[in-house]
Amino acid sequence: MSLLSSTTALLGKELRTEFRSRELLTTTVVFILMVIVLFSFTFDPTYNESRRFGPGLLWLAFLFAASLMLQPCFLREQNNDTLSALRLSVSDPFAIFFAKLIANTLFLLFTEALMLPVFAILYNVPVLRVLGQLLLVFFLGSLGVSIAGTALSAISAQARMRELLLPLLLLPLLTPVLVASTQVTIGLLDASPYIEWKGIGFLVAFDVVFLTLLWLLGEYLLEE
Amino acid sequence: MTSRGFSPSGIRFENIEKRYGGLAALRRIRFEIAPGECVALAGRNGSGKTTLLRIAAGLVRPSSGELTFPSAAEASAGAAPIASKTEAIRAKVTAGFVAHATMVYDELTAEENLLLFARLQQTPDAANRVDELLREVGLFDRRNSLVRTFSRGMRQRVAIARALLHEPSILLLDEPSTGLDPQGVVWLAATLRQLRDAGCTILMSLHGESEISMLATRAIRLDAGLIVADTRTGAEVRSILTFADA
Repeated sequence: MSLLSSTTALLGKELRTEFRSRELLTTTVVFILMVIVLFSFTFDPTYNESRRFGPGLLWLAFLFAASLMLQPCFLREQNNDTLSALRLSVSDPFAIFFAKLIANTLFLLFTEALMLPVFAILYNVPVLRVLGQLLLVFFLGSLGVSIAGTALSAISAQARMRELLLPLLLLPLLTPVLVASTQVTIGLLDASPYIEWKGIGFLVAFDVVFLTLLWLLGEYLLEE
Repeated sequence: MTSRGFSPSGIRFENIEKRYGGLAALRRIRFEIAPGECVALAGRNGSGKTTLLRIAAGLVRPSSGELTFPSAAEASAGAAPIASKTEAIRAKVTAGFVAHATMVYDELTAEENLLLFARLQQTPDAANRVDELLREVGLFDRRNSLVRTFSRGMRQRVAIARALLHEPSILLLDEPSTGLDPQGVVWLAATLRQLRDAGCTILMSLHGESEISMLATRAIRLDAGLIVADTRTGAEVRSILTFADA
């Protein structure tokens, strides 16, 4: 009960501060939009090429956007030492991570939802008939990115070369999530759409394992 | 002020050491603060004052040694120390901490900040407690303004209100007069006096003499992580605080 109420209060804070500053969403949306538009004009892909390369490009754009979004996640808490105030106030430190990873997932999903129609139009890929399945993959992939990214953001925020450290740790760790998400997306954007259940299973397993690890070790990640 | 409903508690440091790699930030720190005592920590920059306060707040785990928060009865009976992790949890409940930074969110209003921390601390009747504190720190009329629009002094008032939300029996302050104008210092001194007189234990780091340092009934001087002076004699207390930066 305490975890739930603390998480709700902290999630409210995350959403409120972001929608007031629009610091993360603005940067991320502009970045993804630029990548998608730029590649569309550079390659001018045909219908079949779009189906083959589109999913990879989409997830690569999401990954870079996520790394932009995750970097300030804990850094912002250091400006006024608010992380210490949170640590002193919550009975379960996992609430701090849980609220942040939910917020990061929501921000990522929001960005992805904005970009999907742009991608569909520019790359001439019909997405409406598999929209539900696509949103499921986006959710599972974004959750995996957020869980791992939030944990690593907490670690890197305390390091000296923090700007360099997060991408260095994050990119190799997220490669399996990206591969699985891309494979499932390729299947869904195929001329005869199908669901790559192995990929879905992997994403679920990744999310569960890393969420459990974060729950078990989160307290130590926040220690000074 | 508002810390009225607590049972007085002291702080006992038992051979506390803190090392960061090869650097010893604190060495053989051993002293006890009686419930209701007001102690000033003095010393040059880097002498270990902030580390000691953060250990007392439960934010930093000591490399060795024990920290306990004996109640008035336990202090007189000489209670045995409890494990550090348990004490870190107890520190959260017992102590209020005002750090060098304000520890509040610039993008939230004063009221939103206090309500957030009150909810996290599961403060009963949070809304009323927040209103009460905002009135007492003189920010009720500005409660809906974003903290980023506040002066440093006003931010410090929000920080103090945050630390007092759960009516702590121990107040830890790290250079609390930083950024305050002379009126702000007078206000803070009056607030701390009220808390001290109500039985709140106070441990604060200070630089030089001010209205706030006049409240201290004991001064401890740190140098390179070691306690080099500890006195309750009025003239010596003033002397330690006056020459803190010497």
